Amino acid sequence: MTRFRCAVHIVPRRGILDPQGKAVSDALHSLGFAAVSDVRVGRYVVVDTTAESEEAARAAVKAMCEKLLANPVTEDYDIASVERA
Amino acid sequence: MKAGIVRFPGSNCDEDAYHAVADILGQEAVYLWHKDHDLQGVDLVILPGGFSYGDYLRAGAIARFSPIMQEVVQHAKRGGLVLGICNGFQIACEAGLLPGALLRNNTLRFVSAPVALRVESIATKFTSQYHVGQVISIPVAHGDGRYTADGDTLARLEGEGHVVFRYVTADGEATDSANPNGSLRNIAGIVNAHGNVLGMMPHPERAMEPALGSTDGLPLFQSILESMLGGVQA
Repeated sequence: MTRFRCAVHIVPRRGILDPQGKAVSDALHSLGFAAVSDVRVGRYVVVDTTAESEEAARAAVKAMCEKLLANPVTEDYDIASVERA
Repeated sequence: MKAGIVRFPGSNCDEDAYHAVADILGQEAVYLWHKDHDLQGVDLVILPGGFSYGDYLRAGAIARFSPIMQEVVQHAKRGGLVLGICNGFQIACEAGLLPGALLRNNTLRFVSAPVALRVESIATKFTSQYHVGQVISIPVAHGDGRYTADGDTLARLEGEGHVVFRYVTADGEATDSANPNGSLRNIAGIVNAHGNVLGMMPHPERAMEPALGSTDGLPLFQSILESMLGGVQA
Protein backbone atom coordinates (compact mmCIF):
# COMPACT_ATOMS: atom_id res chain seq x y z
CA MET A 1 0.00 0.00 0.00
CA THR A 2 1.14 3.50 -0.81
CA ARG A 3 0.40 6.69 1.06
CA PHE A 4 -1.43 9.40 -0.86
CA ARG A 5 -2.37 12.97 -0.07
CA CYS A 6 -5.64 13.90 -1.78
CA ALA A 7 -7.07 17.42 -2.01
CA VAL A 8 -10.68 18.21 -2.78
CA HIS A 9 -12.45 21.50 -3.53
CA ILE A 10 -16.12 21.68 -2.56
CA VAL A 11 -18.17 24.68 -3.65
CA PRO A 12 -21.85 25.67 -3.61
CA ARG A 13 -23.42 24.66 -6.91
CA ARG A 14 -23.97 27.44 -9.42
CA GLY A 15 -27.53 28.69 -9.33
CA ILE A 16 -27.82 28.14 -5.57
CA LEU A 17 -27.61 31.34 -3.56
CA ASP A 18 -24.26 31.59 -1.75
CA PRO A 19 -24.67 34.45 0.74
CA GLN A 20 -21.04 34.16 1.89
CA GLY A 21 -19.86 34.48 -1.69
CA LYS A 22 -22.20 37.42 -2.21
CA ALA A 23 -20.84 39.19 0.89
CA VAL A 24 -17.24 38.64 -0.26
CA SER A 25 -18.13 39.82 -3.77
CA ASP A 26 -19.69 43.00 -2.37
CA ALA A 27 -16.59 43.62 -0.23
CA LEU A 28 -14.30 43.14 -3.22
CA HIS A 29 -16.38 45.61 -5.22
CA SER A 30 -16.13 48.18 -2.44
CA LEU A 31 -12.34 47.64 -2.43
CA GLY A 32 -12.25 48.59 -6.09
CA PHE A 33 -12.15 45.15 -7.71
CA ALA A 34 -14.97 46.17 -10.02
CA ALA A 35 -14.21 43.40 -12.50
CA VAL A 36 -15.28 40.67 -10.07
CA SER A 37 -18.49 39.13 -11.37
CA ASP A 38 -19.05 36.22 -8.98
CA VAL A 39 -17.58 34.71 -5.81
CA ARG A 40 -18.46 31.40 -4.22
CA VAL A 41 -17.02 30.32 -0.89
CA GLY A 42 -16.45 26.62 -0.34
CA ARG A 43 -14.18 24.20 1.48
CA TYR A 44 -10.79 22.71 0.78
CA VAL A 45 -10.36 19.24 2.28
CA VAL A 46 -7.04 17.37 2.43
CA VAL A 47 -7.27 13.61 3.04
CA ASP A 48 -4.23 11.43 3.78
CA THR A 49 -4.93 7.81 2.96
CA THR A 50 -3.29 4.62 1.77
CA ALA A 51 -4.27 2.88 -1.44
CA GLU A 52 -2.89 0.32 -3.84
CA SER A 53 -2.57 2.82 -6.66
CA GLU A 54 -3.25 6.41 -7.57
CA GLU A 55 -6.39 5.28 -9.38
CA ALA A 56 -7.60 3.46 -6.28
CA ALA A 57 -6.90 6.51 -4.12
CA ARG A 58 -8.80 8.72 -6.53
CA ALA A 59 -11.75 6.31 -6.58
CA ALA A 60 -11.79 6.22 -2.77
CA VAL A 61 -11.78 10.01 -2.51
CA LYS A 62 -14.59 10.22 -5.06
CA ALA A 63 -16.65 7.84 -2.90
CA MET A 64 -15.83 9.93 0.20
CA CYS A 65 -17.08 13.04 -1.59
CA GLU A 66 -20.31 11.40 -2.63
CA LYS A 67 -21.00 9.84 0.77
CA LEU A 68 -19.93 12.60 3.12
CA LEU A 69 -17.62 15.42 2.06
CA ALA A 70 -20.03 17.09 -0.37
CA ASN A 71 -23.81 17.38 -0.23
CA PRO A 72 -25.08 16.13 -3.60
CA VAL A 73 -28.14 18.39 -3.33
CA THR A 74 -26.27 21.68 -3.09
CA GLU A 75 -22.56 21.27 -3.72
CA ASP A 76 -20.11 20.34 -6.45
CA TYR A 77 -16.72 18.83 -5.76
CA ASP A 78 -13.51 18.66 -7.70
CA ILE A 79 -10.59 16.40 -6.84
CA ALA A 80 -7.76 18.91 -7.13
CA SER A 81 -4.86 16.53 -6.64
CA VAL A 82 -3.88 12.99 -5.67
CA GLU A 83 -0.18 12.75 -4.86
CA ARG A 84 2.14 10.20 -3.30
CA ALA A 85 2.86 11.37 0.23
CA MET B 1 -47.32 6.77 23.37
CA LYS B 2 -43.61 6.32 23.93
CA ALA B 3 -41.24 8.89 22.47
CA GLY B 4 -37.48 8.55 22.12
CA ILE B 5 -35.35 11.67 22.01
CA VAL B 6 -31.98 11.11 20.37
CA ARG B 7 -29.00 12.67 22.11
CA PHE B 8 -26.03 13.47 19.92
CA PRO B 9 -22.93 15.20 21.21
CA GLY B 10 -23.99 18.83 20.83
CA SER B 11 -27.75 18.33 21.08
CA ASN B 12 -29.17 21.10 23.24
CA CYS B 13 -32.95 20.92 22.83
CA ASP B 14 -33.21 17.33 24.03
CA GLU B 15 -34.47 18.32 27.48
CA ASP B 16 -37.01 20.73 26.00
CA ALA B 17 -38.38 17.89 23.86
CA TYR B 18 -38.43 15.55 26.86
CA HIS B 19 -40.30 18.16 28.92
CA ALA B 20 -42.82 18.65 26.11
CA VAL B 21 -43.60 14.93 25.84
CA ALA B 22 -43.31 13.84 29.47
CA ASP B 23 -44.50 16.85 31.46
CA ILE B 24 -46.87 18.67 29.09
CA LEU B 25 -48.26 15.79 27.04
CA GLY B 26 -48.07 13.32 29.95
CA GLN B 27 -46.59 10.54 27.79
CA GLU B 28 -43.62 8.28 28.25
CA ALA B 29 -40.30 9.70 27.04
CA VAL B 30 -36.82 8.21 26.97
CA TYR B 31 -33.46 9.47 25.78
CA LEU B 32 -31.72 7.49 23.04
CA TRP B 33 -27.92 7.70 23.03
CA HIS B 34 -26.39 8.26 19.61
CA LYS B 35 -24.00 5.32 20.00
CA ASP B 36 -26.77 2.85 20.78
CA HIS B 37 -28.61 0.64 18.32
CA ASP B 38 -31.69 0.15 20.49
CA LEU B 39 -34.77 2.32 19.92
CA GLN B 40 -36.32 0.83 23.07
CA GLY B 41 -39.61 0.21 21.30
CA VAL B 42 -40.53 3.88 20.89
CA ASP B 43 -43.43 4.95 18.67
CA LEU B 44 -42.00 8.38 17.92
CA VAL B 45 -38.37 9.36 17.40
CA ILE B 46 -37.53 13.01 17.99
CA LEU B 47 -34.31 14.35 16.48
CA PRO B 48 -33.88 17.44 18.64
CA GLY B 49 -32.31 20.80 17.96
CA GLY B 50 -28.73 21.71 18.72
CA PHE B 51 -25.35 21.58 17.07
CA SER B 52 -24.63 17.87 16.73
CA TYR B 53 -20.93 17.24 16.22
CA GLY B 54 -20.38 21.00 16.26
CA ASP B 55 -22.02 21.35 12.83
CA TYR B 56 -18.62 20.24 11.47
CA LEU B 57 -18.49 19.87 7.68
CA ARG B 58 -22.21 20.68 7.31
CA ALA B 59 -25.02 20.83 9.86
CA GLY B 60 -26.21 17.26 10.41
CA ALA B 61 -23.62 15.69 8.10
CA ILE B 62 -21.78 13.70 10.76
CA ALA B 63 -24.78 12.89 12.96
CA ARG B 64 -26.43 10.95 10.18
CA PHE B 65 -23.69 8.31 10.45
CA SER B 66 -24.30 7.75 14.18
CA PRO B 67 -25.19 4.14 15.06
CA ILE B 68 -28.65 5.17 16.28
CA MET B 69 -29.44 6.81 12.92
CA GLN B 70 -29.30 3.43 11.18
CA GLU B 71 -32.12 2.34 13.47
CA VAL B 72 -34.00 5.62 12.99
CA VAL B 73 -33.87 5.14 9.21
CA GLN B 74 -35.21 1.59 9.59
CA HIS B 75 -37.92 2.87 11.96
CA ALA B 76 -38.94 5.43 9.32
CA LYS B 77 -38.94 2.79 6.59
CA ARG B 78 -41.32 0.71 8.69
CA GLY B 79 -43.65 3.72 8.83
CA GLY B 80 -42.63 4.80 12.33
CA LEU B 81 -42.96 8.48 13.18
CA VAL B 82 -39.92 10.75 13.13
CA LEU B 83 -39.99 14.43 14.13
CA GLY B 84 -36.87 16.39 13.19
CA ILE B 85 -36.70 19.82 14.78
CA CYS B 86 -34.10 22.39 13.65
CA ASN B 87 -30.80 20.46 13.75
CA GLY B 88 -33.02 17.36 13.61
CA PHE B 89 -34.46 18.61 10.30
CA GLN B 90 -30.93 19.10 9.00
CA ILE B 91 -29.98 15.59 10.10
CA ALA B 92 -33.12 14.10 8.51
CA CYS B 93 -32.24 15.76 5.20
CA GLU B 94 -28.62 14.58 5.37
CA ALA B 95 -29.85 11.06 6.16
CA GLY B 96 -32.11 11.08 3.11
CA LEU B 97 -35.29 10.82 5.19
CA LEU B 98 -36.43 14.10 3.67
CA PRO B 99 -35.53 15.73 0.35
CA GLY B 100 -33.47 18.91 0.04
CA ALA B 101 -30.96 20.60 2.33
CA LEU B 102 -30.71 23.43 4.86
CA LEU B 103 -28.12 26.05 3.98
CA ARG B 104 -26.66 29.15 5.67
CA ASN B 105 -29.31 31.82 6.27
CA ASN B 106 -29.33 34.31 3.41
CA THR B 107 -28.78 37.09 5.97
CA LEU B 108 -25.62 35.31 7.23
CA ARG B 109 -27.00 35.93 10.72
CA PHE B 110 -28.19 33.54 13.38
CA VAL B 111 -31.89 34.25 13.89
CA SER B 112 -33.57 33.67 17.26
CA ALA B 113 -37.13 34.98 17.36
CA PRO B 114 -40.77 33.96 17.31
CA VAL B 115 -42.01 33.67 13.73
CA ALA B 116 -45.44 33.36 12.17
CA LEU B 117 -46.11 30.11 10.33
CA ARG B 118 -49.04 29.16 8.15
CA VAL B 119 -50.28 25.59 8.45
CA GLU B 120 -50.43 24.35 4.86
CA SER B 121 -51.63 20.80 5.44
CA ILE B 122 -53.56 19.09 8.22
CA ALA B 123 -53.64 15.76 6.38
CA THR B 124 -50.58 14.58 8.29
CA LYS B 125 -50.06 12.72 11.54
CA PHE B 126 -48.37 15.83 12.90
CA THR B 127 -50.91 18.55 12.13
CA SER B 128 -54.46 17.15 12.37
CA GLN B 129 -55.22 19.36 15.38
CA TYR B 130 -54.62 22.60 13.46
CA HIS B 131 -56.77 23.96 10.65
CA VAL B 132 -55.60 24.73 7.14
CA GLY B 133 -54.41 28.30 6.77
CA GLN B 134 -54.09 28.78 10.53
CA VAL B 135 -51.32 31.22 11.43
CA ILE B 136 -49.33 30.14 14.48
CA SER B 137 -46.41 31.61 16.41
CA ILE B 138 -43.41 29.32 16.98
CA PRO B 139 -39.82 30.36 17.76
CA VAL B 140 -36.89 29.74 15.44
CA ALA B 141 -33.21 29.68 16.49
CA HIS B 142 -30.81 28.78 13.73
CA GLY B 143 -27.99 29.90 11.47
CA ASP B 144 -28.51 27.30 8.77
CA GLY B 145 -32.21 27.21 8.01
CA ARG B 146 -32.50 28.12 4.35
CA TYR B 147 -34.48 25.27 2.83
CA THR B 148 -33.19 24.46 -0.64
CA ALA B 149 -34.12 21.80 -3.17
CA ASP B 150 -34.07 21.51 -6.94
CA GLY B 151 -37.04 22.61 -9.02
CA ASP B 152 -38.44 19.11 -9.54
CA THR B 153 -38.34 18.37 -5.82
CA LEU B 154 -40.06 21.66 -4.96
CA ALA B 155 -42.77 20.99 -7.54
CA ARG B 156 -43.32 17.52 -6.11
CA LEU B 157 -43.46 18.80 -2.52
CA GLU B 158 -45.99 21.45 -3.47
CA GLY B 159 -48.00 19.22 -5.79
CA GLU B 160 -48.35 16.41 -3.30
CA GLY B 161 -49.09 18.65 -0.34
CA HIS B 162 -45.90 17.86 1.52
CA VAL B 163 -45.13 21.45 2.46
CA VAL B 164 -46.57 21.59 5.98
CA PHE B 165 -45.46 24.97 7.34
CA ARG B 166 -44.53 28.22 5.59
CA TYR B 167 -43.06 31.44 6.99
CA VAL B 168 -45.67 34.19 6.69
CA THR B 169 -46.59 37.63 7.94
CA ALA B 170 -49.03 37.97 10.84
CA ASP B 171 -51.70 38.25 8.15
CA GLY B 172 -50.69 34.93 6.65
CA GLU B 173 -48.89 36.24 3.55
CA ALA B 174 -45.77 34.38 2.42
CA THR B 175 -43.60 37.42 1.69
CA ASP B 176 -39.83 37.83 1.51
CA SER B 177 -39.88 40.02 4.61
CA ALA B 178 -41.60 37.25 6.58
CA ASN B 179 -38.92 34.76 5.53
CA PRO B 180 -36.23 34.66 8.26
CA ASN B 181 -33.60 32.73 6.31
CA GLY B 182 -34.26 32.85 2.58
CA SER B 183 -35.91 29.42 2.38
CA LEU B 184 -37.20 28.67 -1.10
CA ARG B 185 -40.97 29.25 -1.26
CA ASN B 186 -40.85 30.27 2.44
CA ILE B 187 -40.74 26.59 3.39
CA ALA B 188 -40.42 26.04 7.15
CA GLY B 189 -41.43 22.39 7.39
CA ILE B 190 -42.06 19.38 5.13
CA VAL B 191 -43.17 15.77 5.39
CA ASN B 192 -41.85 12.83 3.40
CA ALA B 193 -43.89 11.03 0.76
CA HIS B 194 -45.30 8.56 3.29
CA GLY B 195 -46.20 11.30 5.75
CA ASN B 196 -44.41 9.70 8.71
CA VAL B 197 -41.35 11.98 8.84
CA LEU B 198 -41.74 15.71 9.57
CA GLY B 199 -38.82 18.12 9.46
CA MET B 200 -39.18 21.72 10.57
CA MET B 201 -36.79 24.52 11.50
CA PRO B 202 -39.10 26.20 14.09
CA HIS B 203 -39.26 24.73 17.60
CA PRO B 204 -42.77 23.55 18.56
CA GLU B 205 -41.37 22.11 21.81
CA ARG B 206 -40.57 25.67 22.89
CA ALA B 207 -44.17 26.77 22.39
CA MET B 208 -46.02 24.41 24.71
CA GLU B 209 -47.12 26.48 27.68
CA PRO B 210 -48.20 30.09 28.36
CA ALA B 211 -45.02 30.85 30.30
CA LEU B 212 -43.06 30.39 27.08
CA GLY B 213 -45.12 32.98 25.23
CA SER B 214 -46.97 30.61 22.92
CA THR B 215 -48.87 27.35 23.15
CA ASP B 216 -49.08 26.95 19.38
CA GLY B 217 -46.72 23.97 19.40
CA LEU B 218 -49.05 21.95 21.60
CA PRO B 219 -51.48 20.91 18.82
CA LEU B 220 -48.53 19.37 16.93
CA PHE B 221 -47.74 17.02 19.80
CA GLN B 222 -51.47 16.41 20.38
CA SER B 223 -51.80 15.49 16.68
CA ILE B 224 -49.05 12.90 17.04
CA LEU B 225 -50.76 11.47 20.11
CA GLU B 226 -54.10 11.43 18.30
CA SER B 227 -52.59 9.52 15.37
CA MET B 228 -51.15 6.98 17.82
CA LEU B 229 -54.59 6.40 19.24
CA GLY B 230 -55.71 5.49 15.73
CA GLY B 231 -57.97 8.45 15.30
CA VAL B 232 -56.34 10.04 12.30
CA GLN B 233 -54.88 8.49 9.20
CA ALA B 234 -52.52 10.61 7.12
